[in-house]
Amino acid sequence: MASPLKCDLCGKPATVHLTQIVNSKMHKVDLCEACAQAKGVTDPGGFSLADLLLKASMNPDASGAVEAGNSGAAVCPSCGFTPSDFKKHGRFGCPQCFRTFAGMVTPMLDSMHKGTRHVGKVPHRAIERRSLHDRLVELEAGLIAAIKAERYEDAARLRDELQQLRQPAASLDLTRNAAPASPPAATSSSAR
Amino acid sequence: MKISALLATPSELTDTASSKCAVVLMTRIRLARNLAGHSFPGWAKEPQREDILARCREAVGATSAMKRSVNSPVADLSDLDKQILVERHLISRELSGTKRGAGIVINRDQTCSVMINEEDHLRIQVLRAGFQLKKAWSQIDAIDCEIEERLDYAFDPELGYLTACPTNLGTGMRASAMMHLPALVISSQMEKVVRAVNQLGMVVRGLFGEGSDASGSIFQISNQTTLGESEEAILKRLGSVLQSIVEHELNAREKLLEVDSGKLFDKIGRAYGILQNCHQLTSSEAMNLLSLLRLGIDLGLFPEASRAVTDRLLIEAQPGHIQAVGGLDLESAKRDALRAERMRLEFNDFARPDFSLHQKT
Repeated sequence: MASPLKCDLCGKPATVHLTQIVNSKMHKVDLCEACAQAKGVTDPGGFSLADLLLKASMNPDASGAVEAGNSGAAVCPSCGFTPSDFKKHGRFGCPQCFRTFAGMVTPMLDSMHKGTRHVGKVPHRAIERRSLHDRLVELEAGLIAAIKAERYEDAARLRDELQQLRQPAASLDLTRNAAPASPPAATSSSAR
Repeated sequence: MKISALLATPSELTDTASSKCAVVLMTRIRLARNLAGHSFPGWAKEPQREDILARCREAVGATSAMKRSVNSPVADLSDLDKQILVERHLISRELSGTKRGAGIVINRDQTCSVMINEEDHLRIQVLRAGFQLKKAWSQIDAIDCEIEERLDYAFDPELGYLTACPTNLGTGMRASAMMHLPALVISSQMEKVVRAVNQLGMVVRGLFGEGSDASGSIFQISNQTTLGESEEAILKRLGSVLQSIVEHELNAREKLLEVDSGKLFDKIGRAYGILQNCHQLTSSEAMNLLSLLRLGIDLGLFPEASRAVTDRLLIEAQPGHIQAVGGLDLESAKRDALRAERMRLEFNDFARPDFSLHQKT
């Protein structure tokens, strides 16, 4: 027989065992009587298994998730957040934290969600705007460098490109309309 | 628009005519969104929070959905206003407790509210009476797109929308239905239902979310996971779970009528009597009585036209709403008396129950 299970939250012998099947993945939580009561597991009013799984995955005895995070960067360069802050609050400090503490986040997600990859809505406009902004910054830097190095032909090309990108909606719409038009033509020619 | 004007305006929840699906009182969808390059509200310093608040209020207020709206810092609202907004499910209890650097934007018909600097920078919510997952999604999707035109969302191609708590990553979407399940409660099947729903990856909670009780036999059922599945797939899965709970509830009602109609009619008849004659009524007792009356309407004991009254009172019997009518900071005994008076008045000319429909010949 298996050795008695320990409570995922406090480590005492567990007497309440929850199993949840999401898709075909099985998630288990083991709790002692007291923690089960405290978390409302026995209450028909309901409880959230996700929160329990989150806490269980943060318990160093229950999984190595936090240790894995510790071996990576210990402080988020963007906001100063540390893994022990996460242990305390159960929330991260800033969007950048998910990169900084990727080693800690990934194992957590597996037990928490249906998958580990986003497959839903994407903020196209925000992404477009950002890449446009990045491109403008890049071109501007290139232009300054070209002028400094007296590469005037390059500078003129960069200036024209900048001007085109800075014309807002009109130029963007043109490129967007032009793009989908070409692939079908290519496939039809290859089919022949 | 001022908050007092908003609360006096007919709202989706308190003034809609009978919903098509009797069991589902309302449908809600919320999206968690954050601004790229800024600390989450729980970690941000106060000046950062104020900066984010100002930006979000401007961006959200400029959307077509929020043309006529209340747009206010939480600190400027009175305690009573906040309580009423919580009772109408427009803001969370957590947000109503924040002192500084948080805000709300709520549209006129109160179908859409945006909380600023709650757990995430933005919590966008759409609320519709009845079973309306599709409609709610298309509305919130459009609002989200409009806000995105103005703000840079924190987004990662792998993890989706980045949120303070990893349980909301991915779509950042929580969809829920508020369900009226009196027959499942009376026939003690709720525990079984909760367990089954949990196994399907959905969460059951009381009327006001985590840790709240389910007075009035009203439960909230929502999706638990947000990552690894598209919004449409989550809504489809939730929709089919909700549909099957509706069927279970309707079956339980049939069964109660068949096996124990005397006991059921007794409960409903007594509820009617108390609501017409009470002089002291707590909000939780009111919820339970109104819940029974609503069941009576579903069973055809009362005319369908009376549903609007019970649905409205389910919201308006709550402490904040009663206090707003009382016009002052009432102590709870006075509030109970006022609530009872209100019920006597509302139910004075409420049609008598007609049990003949179900009487066996």
